[in-house]
Amino acid sequence: MPTDGVRVISPMGAKLKKHWRVVFYPLGMTPAVWLVWQGQHGALGADPVNVFERSLGLWAFRFLLVCLALAPLRRFTGLNLLRYRRLTGLLAFFYATLHLLAYAGLDHGFDWAVLWTDVTHRYFIIFGMSALIMLIPLALTSNLFSMRLLKRRWKLLHSLIFPAAVLAGIHFFLSFKTLNSVSAPYLAALAIVLLSRFLPRLQAGSRI
Amino acid sequence: MVLFRYPRPLPSEITPKEMYLSRRSLIGGAAAFGALTTAARAAALQTHPGPYSGGLTPTPHDDVTHYNNFYEFGMDKGDPAAHSQDFHPLPWTLEITGLVRKPVRLDIDQLLHSPAIEERIYRMRCVEAWSMVIPWDGIPLASLLKDADPDPRATYVAFESVLRPSEMPGQNEGLSGIQWPYVEGLRLDEAMNPLTLLALGIYGETLPNQNGAPIRLVVPWKYGFKGIKSIQRIRLLDHEPPTTWNRLASDEYGFYANVNPQVDHPRWSQATERVIGSHSLFGATRQPTLMFNGYGEQVADLYRGMDLRKNF
Repeated sequence: MPTDGVRVISPMGAKLKKHWRVVFYPLGMTPAVWLVWQGQHGALGADPVNVFERSLGLWAFRFLLVCLALAPLRRFTGLNLLRYRRLTGLLAFFYATLHLLAYAGLDHGFDWAVLWTDVTHRYFIIFGMSALIMLIPLALTSNLFSMRLLKRRWKLLHSLIFPAAVLAGIHFFLSFKTLNSVSAPYLAALAIVLLSRFLPRLQAGSRI
Repeated sequence: MVLFRYPRPLPSEITPKEMYLSRRSLIGGAAAFGALTTAARAAALQTHPGPYSGGLTPTPHDDVTHYNNFYEFGMDKGDPAAHSQDFHPLPWTLEITGLVRKPVRLDIDQLLHSPAIEERIYRMRCVEAWSMVIPWDGIPLASLLKDADPDPRATYVAFESVLRPSEMPGQNEGLSGIQWPYVEGLRLDEAMNPLTLLALGIYGETLPNQNGAPIRLVVPWKYGFKGIKSIQRIRLLDHEPPTTWNRLASDEYGFYANVNPQVDHPRWSQATERVIGSHSLFGATRQPTLMFNGYGEQVADLYRGMDLRKNF
């Protein structure tokens, strides 16, 4: 066994790791199922559409933050959970898509005139929509086949997550009337995961 | 019809309904949980039907009292009901000062006893594009202003809410940038309009804390944030007073804030509104927003010749 910290996964272990997806994807989707269940049972309060729409958006933002946090996590603590970037990234995309559907369908009844004005005139909506559009190519190329096909360009393409996160953060900030104790911690977390990339490594040169 | 008068206790002396109920339920035992969830310490008000209420079905009582914007108690819609139990609306004095010939100090007990209290069932349109119908019990603001005898120089009315960080947790939150106390304003002719109400109750009972106890403003043709809650001071002025949301974001919240489906908020359309009260995710309703919230007949003349896009 090598002792330099490189973890070698046995074929058996790899198979086991792979199978965790069967647990994590459904687990990641339970908040959506729970929200729908609550909605159908009158448990989302007096303005259920608004709560549903906002909660889906918040879950999208949460998964995006976790996805972005995994690289700095490895860099500063050595804990390697990079393999869950695909899982968390896809869950963020899943929730962002549901968020868009709830806004367009449940809230505005697919009133295209209203939606068109929103998308073309209101910065609040433009920021959120642009973030979601940037996530589409990332979701589509989140497989090994695309990685092999795109080679180095894959990494370049996937750096789209940074502008997407910044736009999602502005959209999130604007979804409240003012800064507040709910939104501030999320915005601080976003700033930390983004800015930590520019910080020097704790042990210069060492890759764990 | 009242055939005889009998001495009535002051409203502040009446045992709060919650306490009364919990006493009984402690005796009864089984109903204790039900009584504990009756959050509002409401006392019955002597009220009678007033004008302008026709054809509206009120939003359920629990929605009116549990879906509130009252940032002094927190920013979530459920926060005011959850975090306002330490607020003391009694005793209370309301001052009417400034450019008046007869400054007035009104004891809330006097007002709660006033035979002038009437019921007004009004539409309530929030700037956030949702709406309710609320059965208020209150006194037309005009009658109280007339008692104070406004000076001819007075053209505006400024309202000031209460500053009590010890009882209002939201006032300790520094992130929002809101300057407390909450302040609002009206032009004097708007304040004198017969629709403008100082509400002391909803649903025939005194206001719950989360709805602005003990006394709040209701201006049904304007967005809800104009309806300043827990008012302590009313001042008549010869200039336009600052208002809380306008001070914070003047491009989003104007001084007038008249409900207007043609003038959008920068972040959303004001053409339609979500109707509160369905509790159904897939069966919720959206309805067209009415000009002046449906009160154009009473108030459109106040704004004749004004550019309502500029004076939003």
